[in-house]
Amino acid sequence: MTTRRIEITVGIFVALGLAALFMLAVQVSNLGEYRGGDGYEVHAYFNNIGGLKVRAPVTMAGVRVGRVSAITYDAERFQARVSFTISARYDQLPTDTQASIYTAGLLGEQYIALEPGGEDEVLRDGDVILFTQSALVLEELIGRVLVNLTGN
Amino acid sequence: MPRCWEWLDRTRTAREHSRCLTTRPPFKPRTRTIDASPDKTPWIEIRDLHFARGDRKIFDGLNITIPQGQVTAIMGPSGTGKTTLLRLIGGQLRPDHGQVLVEGRDVHRLSRRELYRLRRRMGMLFQSGALLTDLNVFDNVAFPIRENTRLPEPLVRNLVLMKLEAVGLRGAVSLMPSELSGGMARRVALARAIALDPLLMMYDEPFTGLDPITMGVIVSLIRRLNDALGMTSIVVSHDVAEAGSIADWVYLISEGRVVDAGPPEQLRREASDWSRQFLEGLPDGPVPFHYPAPDYLDDLMGGDTR
Amino acid sequence: MGPFQRLGRSALGVLERLGRGHLFLLRTLLAMGTLVRRPGLLLREIYSVGVLSLLIIAVSGLFVGMVLGYQGYITLVDFGAAEALGTVVALSLVRELGPVVTALLFAGRAGSALTAEIGLMKATEQLSSMEMMAVDPYKRVIAPRFLAGVISLPLLAAIFSAVGVAGGYFIGVGVLGVDAGAYWSQMQASVDFHEDVMNGVIKSMVFGVVAAWIAVFEGYDATPTSEGVSRATTRTVVHTALAILALDFILTGLMFGDI
Repeated sequence: MTTRRIEITVGIFVALGLAALFMLAVQVSNLGEYRGGDGYEVHAYFNNIGGLKVRAPVTMAGVRVGRVSAITYDAERFQARVSFTISARYDQLPTDTQASIYTAGLLGEQYIALEPGGEDEVLRDGDVILFTQSALVLEELIGRVLVNLTGN
Repeated sequence: MPRCWEWLDRTRTAREHSRCLTTRPPFKPRTRTIDASPDKTPWIEIRDLHFARGDRKIFDGLNITIPQGQVTAIMGPSGTGKTTLLRLIGGQLRPDHGQVLVEGRDVHRLSRRELYRLRRRMGMLFQSGALLTDLNVFDNVAFPIRENTRLPEPLVRNLVLMKLEAVGLRGAVSLMPSELSGGMARRVALARAIALDPLLMMYDEPFTGLDPITMGVIVSLIRRLNDALGMTSIVVSHDVAEAGSIADWVYLISEGRVVDAGPPEQLRREASDWSRQFLEGLPDGPVPFHYPAPDYLDDLMGGDTR
Repeated sequence: MGPFQRLGRSALGVLERLGRGHLFLLRTLLAMGTLVRRPGLLLREIYSVGVLSLLIIAVSGLFVGMVLGYQGYITLVDFGAAEALGTVVALSLVRELGPVVTALLFAGRAGSALTAEIGLMKATEQLSSMEMMAVDPYKRVIAPRFLAGVISLPLLAAIFSAVGVAGGYFIGVGVLGVDAGAYWSQMQASVDFHEDVMNGVIKSMVFGVVAAWIAVFEGYDATPTSEGVSRATTRTVVHTALAILALDFILTGLMFGDI
């Protein structure tokens, strides 16, 4: 085997490996959607976040616009503080936008859905969304149904 | 015109070099007076060398002097650590005690860099040849040149062909080591060992396992290379006749010590009982035929079976 | 010799090998400088370590991906979540199976070959003769092979994962009829580049160092006989497999443990 052929085959091998890595980055993972950094962060307080996880999607009319970046518990308000990053492309959200926690399908993962309000002012980095709707907890729901049934 | 093996400057051309090695008159074992003796310039001195492998003592106060420009044979029965001695000289093993001085410098006190610089001037012929199996004959001989110098490729080629011509295998350049016979492999290894024109050549059992013709070739090559290239040679062997025929001085070692030393003829004439047994190959004598064992009768009659 | 003495002796033996192995690694790393001046040595080894392992890695990746496609589908379809197949296939491959299976196959294909090659070079005195020719075997033989392993393994693992994802696509979308858009979009929604892909790459780098280290060390440390070399080769495969699986557990705990 000549040196030249070895060099070429090794070149092909390295190129294949890098191409595979590139495919994993762009086609398989979420890197294609968000390049880190260019987005802005807003916060919202919820009474109950249910099973919401960090990195859960944030959608607007069903289209993914961002993701949850941090979830903490605020001891003064007795509420969960959820921070999420919204892609810089979507910078026209009114300040009275409502954030709700929904579940994708009956057993699917939970996500945040944003519904725009009517204000002229738009949300900026660090703002707090005032209108929120907590997650629907299945047990609570069943409990309420049972109470209604027995009440009747 | 000077005899060609006296042109010892390194500027000679490839053609002159190869003619020098091939046109020398046929080799005759020399019967010389004892002009060769260790009190000429000592090139290598081994002082009070102790070395043990595990619990087994291999050297126990060994003293050897190797003069410059001569062929010194180190002989002894198998298992006396002759190969180990060469490795100690080459700095691959460390002695437990004692010194190995090459040109007055202790090999085992050298830094790694200095040791490698010293090794560039040493050549060693391994018993197995130790050719690199993934390279052909040409690349094997070129290996030390390419690794240690930055000579341009045409010059490397000339040097390699020169060395191969010297061992008579210029026609085998493109063979792989697996295609060589044992004798050819050893000659290629010899060409490789002299590739950098070493000042010291060490031969580890160069005569074992060869047919008589190849053996004759190797015997004469060792002597010729030594004289033509102005080297110092150490031949480690237990082949008494061959080593004796080319050596200027012989050391007999046994049980970690030198038991006899002198020019081969003198040794043959006035050796001790032990040396005579070894040199003449007598089956029994001071060296017993039997490996140390408990009493034969006791052993047969039972006792404890281990 | 009593049982305690024997235990103590074997414990000392293990410690001795451990120390020798680390000194060996240190000397190998120190010898790495030569490769900057002579990249040809490295290329040749990447060829025999990486390129020659490519086929087995790609074929195994394809089959593992296809099996994941089947098994994932069978499990998910009961929950009506067959669209999540992409997520299952990709996460299993990128986080775990890619690095781990590649490293195990690498130990069997390339690691054992490295050990046998170096062990035979030692047994036939080739390493010794190199030393006597003033050529440092660490620079000429060990360092290029070690680095070639370290470089090749992450690339092979990436190829394994990529081929596996394609294999899962082939079975899930092509054979079982999962929606192609759902396969990719669910995958992209839940596979995070930094958390999953990069952690997988880091894993395979660590595995590369360990697999290559064990392989060259076992070869260099082998008893120079044919029996010694064959035992060293076996040890390479066994030790590498154990080390990879144990390290995988530790790394997984460190990387994903807090979620």
